Amino acid sequence: MTSAIAISGLVKKFGSTRALDALDLKVGTGEVHGFLGPNGAGKTTTIRILLGLLRADGGSVALLGGDPWRDAVALHRRLAYVPGEVSLWPNLSGGEIIDLLGRLRGDLDRPRRDELLQRFELDPTKKARTYSKGNRQKVALVAALASNAELLLLDEPTSGLDPLMEAVFQDCIREVKAQGRTVLLSSHILAEVEALCDRLSIIRLGRNVQTGTLQELRHLTRTSITAELRSPPDGLEALPGVHGLEVQDHQVHISVDSEHLDVVVRRLGELGVTSLVCHPPTLEELFLRHYGQELEKEPEPGRRT
Amino acid sequence: MKDLAGTAELVRLVLRRDRVRIAVWILGIALLVILTAVGVKSLFPTQKSIDLAAAAIQHNPGAIAFNGPAQGLDTLGGQVAFQAGAFGMVAVGLMSLFMIGRLTRGDEEAGRLELVRSHPVGIHAPVLAALITLTAMNVAVGILSSAGLVAEGLPIAGSLVLGASFCVVGLFFGGVALVAAQVTENTRVVYGVSGALLGLAYVLRIIGDIGDGTVSWFSPIGMAQKARPYAGERWWPLLPMLLAAAILVTLAFQLATIRDHGSGLIGPRPGRGTASANLGHPLGLALRLQRGSLMGWGVGVLVTGIAYGWIAPTLDSFVKANKALVEMMARAGVGSLTNTYFATSLRVMALVATGFAIQAVFRLRSEESALRAEPVLATPVSRWRWAASHLAISLTGSVALLAAAGLATGVSYGLAGGPWSSVPRLLGAALVYAPAIWLMAGFATILFGVAPRLVDVAWAVLAGSFVIGLLGDVLRLPDWIVKLSPFERTPALPAADLTVLPLAVLTLIAAVLVFGGLVGLRRRDIG
Repeated sequence: MTSAIAISGLVKKFGSTRALDALDLKVGTGEVHGFLGPNGAGKTTTIRILLGLLRADGGSVALLGGDPWRDAVALHRRLAYVPGEVSLWPNLSGGEIIDLLGRLRGDLDRPRRDELLQRFELDPTKKARTYSKGNRQKVALVAALASNAELLLLDEPTSGLDPLMEAVFQDCIREVKAQGRTVLLSSHILAEVEALCDRLSIIRLGRNVQTGTLQELRHLTRTSITAELRSPPDGLEALPGVHGLEVQDHQVHISVDSEHLDVVVRRLGELGVTSLVCHPPTLEELFLRHYGQELEKEPEPGRRT
Repeated sequence: MKDLAGTAELVRLVLRRDRVRIAVWILGIALLVILTAVGVKSLFPTQKSIDLAAAAIQHNPGAIAFNGPAQGLDTLGGQVAFQAGAFGMVAVGLMSLFMIGRLTRGDEEAGRLELVRSHPVGIHAPVLAALITLTAMNVAVGILSSAGLVAEGLPIAGSLVLGASFCVVGLFFGGVALVAAQVTENTRVVYGVSGALLGLAYVLRIIGDIGDGTVSWFSPIGMAQKARPYAGERWWPLLPMLLAAAILVTLAFQLATIRDHGSGLIGPRPGRGTASANLGHPLGLALRLQRGSLMGWGVGVLVTGIAYGWIAPTLDSFVKANKALVEMMARAGVGSLTNTYFATSLRVMALVATGFAIQAVFRLRSEESALRAEPVLATPVSRWRWAASHLAISLTGSVALLAAAGLATGVSYGLAGGPWSSVPRLLGAALVYAPAIWLMAGFATILFGVAPRLVDVAWAVLAGSFVIGLLGDVLRLPDWIVKLSPFERTPALPAADLTVLPLAVLTLIAAVLVFGGLVGLRRRDIG
């Protein structure tokens, strides 16, 4: 698989703070790649380096086979960008801004632009200063999606959108994906990432802590089990991979590392199960474990070093 | 009182965030006034020399046009008020309108006031906080100036009146800006409208002072000068101004209650659904963003040029009537009075046009800070092409302003009875300042490219050029400081002969500065 984005050992310093600290990121051509991390983790900084707006202090960055700093202009012909914080010219209308950005890129698909305006229910005649946050976001989205760029860099593109518009956005990304185009999607909306992304990278404090497909990452997480048992839950706590045992009368609640699930289920069977509720590992859980402080205390099995 | 809750906290906030800005304005203006007094004292060591200067200025429309009515010129104090009065009043006017625009509509437009207003803060508290700060600033300018003038040995009564005039004029234009900030939702328009009224006040007092003085009563600057510092002081002309300021402030508070937060009284109209053909390249965008500002500066320069040209024939008749004096001045190397007058007029308008040139370059910085450069630079537009679009507006727009200044002065002079051959002569004399303006634009560019946090330094340099240009002689500045100003390096046509070398050098330095700025821009981080 060729890489649309290949970053390795990327360092970016702002004064004495290291915003990016040996970051690695690989996005294959044609994939929708989720880019997750807590606030201030370095997602926007990474995207700005990919756009050639910031200069890297170390490491290597390849974007569509080129150097984003040196070849910025040529590369920008092939990509479209939605900024995390959309700031528009207050006295230009939304329609004017969409046309302007499309023409600057040299790639404005007018029928598609009009179709997108309808789908996103955006009035293009309003001056930008009168748009709400969500509507400003729509202007940036329509401007980016109305292009045929082979790579979309989207920095939290749906912040401020309502659930209906979120659904429209997801449809649009699926269409982009069906055309074989590449998307880097920075997001906090986990349902969106689960619905759209083939692979995802989680970064924290400027370095990545996890990369893989959703399936792979789920293996690293725990399944939560709530069961009604006939006999007391003896010996359950001693089994490998069992965490957070809670007992209430005959009901037990545990979290189980995915790799030890079969042993635990066998033991539960021996204890006699009258009722069983089982939750698959969620991205939220994955997220919270990587974002939370526990990361520093206990090293993750799958953590890259 | 609930409308004013939180005012004290907000005043503290303003003092914290703008402490440097506030100090620079106050000390800058007060020092200028005091240094003028120091300069005048050493320029005229004897009463005889004062009398001589008074005779040369007394009925000289050229000098009166720039400085104000000839009153008390045979005293040191009168000379100081003549040199620093109108100039200081324009300075406090600018200080007031910039501070008010920034603290009220500026914060509202940026969305900062919304957060503040979500707290238990009264509807009028932010405006009142700005007003309290501004009043304190104007009072400080007044007190410091008066105290400094008294310390220089000038009469107390006149010093107090002059200081109070600054204070009152400042408050008046603060009130003007406050009303403008309620009407429009755009901070740039607040600066534009109140700046235009300040310019109009200056032009009205030129017309009045050259005539019988009646028109000056309609100008806040002219009216303040009617308080006659050091020339039989009278306080009462300052009272209607104070009253007018109070009315403007009251009006602004009333208007604030009938409008929505974030909007003005004039709502935005819907725009085009699609962009016109011009809005498809960086230059088209830059033109769209700057055309309003260019037109505003253009109107200002035109009106000033018309006023300067219109009164020039008065100067011709003054020359005819005062042959002896004019010959004496010619022997002193002053040259043709009319030509000197035109040279000074054009230099003032060139300095004004420089304001546009710097502002146009700094559009790059404000676009960058507001994160609007980012979406443009994320398209196949190189940093140089983006910067070149706004630089082109700055460099050619300022030349257009110079042409407008020269033409307006010449045509108005012709209409008023001067020779029509002056039109091409004055046009050429105006255009000579293009290299000096380009150099200043180049300085702004290199600041933007290399040290974007220090861009305000360019404004300080422009203010310095104004001081050198208008008060250089009075302040008795050393020659090497005067020569730092590119405007002093420009041959003062039509009073001097055209020499090409300095113009070529200025252009070359301008080119180097622009290039250095562009190189810096390409190397640094954006944002």
